[in-house]
Amino acid sequence: MALIIDKIREDFPILKETIYNKPLVYLDNAATTQKPQVVLDKLIEVYTKYNANIHRGVHYLSNKATTETENARLTVQKFINAQHSHEVIFARGATEGINLVAHSFGEKFIHAGDEIIVSEMEHHSNLVPWQMVAEKRGARLVKWAFNQAGELELNELEKLISDKTRIIAVNQVSNSLGTINPVKEITALAHRHQVAVLIDGAQAVQHLKVDVQELDCDFYVFSGHKIYGPTGIGVVYGKEGWLNQMPPYQGGGEMIESVSFEKTTYNQLPFKFEAGTPNYADSIALATAIDYLTALGLDDIATYEKELLDYAEAKLLTIPGLEIVGTAKKKTSVVSFNIKGLHAYDVGTLLDKMGIAVRTGTHCTEPVMIHYGISGTVRASFAFYNTRDEIDRLHQGLLKVIELFA
Amino acid sequence: MSELNKRQDAVIEEFSVFDDWMDKYSYLIDLGKELHPISDKIKNEQTLIKGCQSKVWLDAKMEEGKVIFTADSDAIITKGIVALLVRVMSGLKPEDIINGELYFIDRIGLHENLSPTRSNGLVAMVKQMKMFALAYHTKLNS
Repeated sequence: MALIIDKIREDFPILKETIYNKPLVYLDNAATTQKPQVVLDKLIEVYTKYNANIHRGVHYLSNKATTETENARLTVQKFINAQHSHEVIFARGATEGINLVAHSFGEKFIHAGDEIIVSEMEHHSNLVPWQMVAEKRGARLVKWAFNQAGELELNELEKLISDKTRIIAVNQVSNSLGTINPVKEITALAHRHQVAVLIDGAQAVQHLKVDVQELDCDFYVFSGHKIYGPTGIGVVYGKEGWLNQMPPYQGGGEMIESVSFEKTTYNQLPFKFEAGTPNYADSIALATAIDYLTALGLDDIATYEKELLDYAEAKLLTIPGLEIVGTAKKKTSVVSFNIKGLHAYDVGTLLDKMGIAVRTGTHCTEPVMIHYGISGTVRASFAFYNTRDEIDRLHQGLLKVIELFA
Repeated sequence: MSELNKRQDAVIEEFSVFDDWMDKYSYLIDLGKELHPISDKIKNEQTLIKGCQSKVWLDAKMEEGKVIFTADSDAIITKGIVALLVRVMSGLKPEDIINGELYFIDRIGLHENLSPTRSNGLVAMVKQMKMFALAYHTKLNS
């Protein structure tokens, strides 16, 4: 069933805002998404009806908050089709999730002389933690370069895998190019060589149906705020076999089984990886966001967002001197571009004055910019609540920018 | 009134004729285009101030007890503001730069361009201008 966008927009109060007296056109969804009223209501509900520290309380509120949090874990499990709910770990976001895996997997499985393959199109969040682990463990980082269209090629990966390779870190969708990577095939190839795979799904879960069992990946991470949920919450999925063997990431409350002054034994999964009071309020609201998204239907979302992408690319390419950066065959609704003779910062600054929010710069993917020999791009990223009218406004806005610089 | 403030008030006066953002930014773009790009010789790692959005280059020299700034940017709007900063700050005595308070950016409604979160290199540029002045001041008095 096709989405009724006018009705959907009613669910997002911020979309009614005006910026400099102009209706807001929010095209920065790859940075963060807006929140539907149900998510905002859920946060208020948690804090007004059953706010209490979870897991260890004996009283009613604590039990209620614990139940809601663990139900949220089940919602996430179902959403990504994890085999077990204890394979779902709550973290602060995708960044913390990757740091958790890099650190704990690294401590146990990465040794001097080992190799870590990281794609050239990773967000700094999926590059820097691996650089840190490589330095700490005496391992070597191996770059998997992408082609001019912004696509990763499997045959190139095959050449890079050696008997020293321990893990491959790659995104399912590139935040700066929009490329959808063949993560199922990547995982299959890696597994033929007994290499683990971490997938950064921060730009994927809000656009495509993800089934971690079908992908067969070893680790999968994503952020709550990019999937219409709250900030400060994210998810790490890891296969039970790995997680059980990996040491904890941080020490503190919740993650322990018993503590004497001399020694601590660790709690079971998933709590072993959730030190300190968990961010239960945001976990619960994240589940609400997932329910909202699932009710709309990810297939319909993908269809509609593809329409927006095609419309936007065709429309923007009519602008003289405009060049799209990232022309992969399979893309999510992200258009990165430059206009000849104009600096991305100037374009973004002027669009802002017209009430149009886009992102400019390197998008935390400096290696991608280095690859293309550019200092940055303007990026418009669409969500299911965006419309063709808004893309028209972007188009008109860009023409105005060009006029101002002429 | 200090020379710095006289110059700032002149800029404020100049911008007071613009009542919409488009005229203001058009003027800023013109200023950016008019500012002579600094030679590639001076554009190097030493003079580069890295913002994550745009780059700024800033160089300084001392002439007859006054600090002379030259600056450039790869983005035109940033360059327009750079031109204003140079116009206001260049050719002053080091102590006037160190002790002076910059208020014209706020008053002409461009404060968002100089917010620490904007990462266009301008905040670091103002800081660097003061650092240059401080270095020359120390040198003069040592």
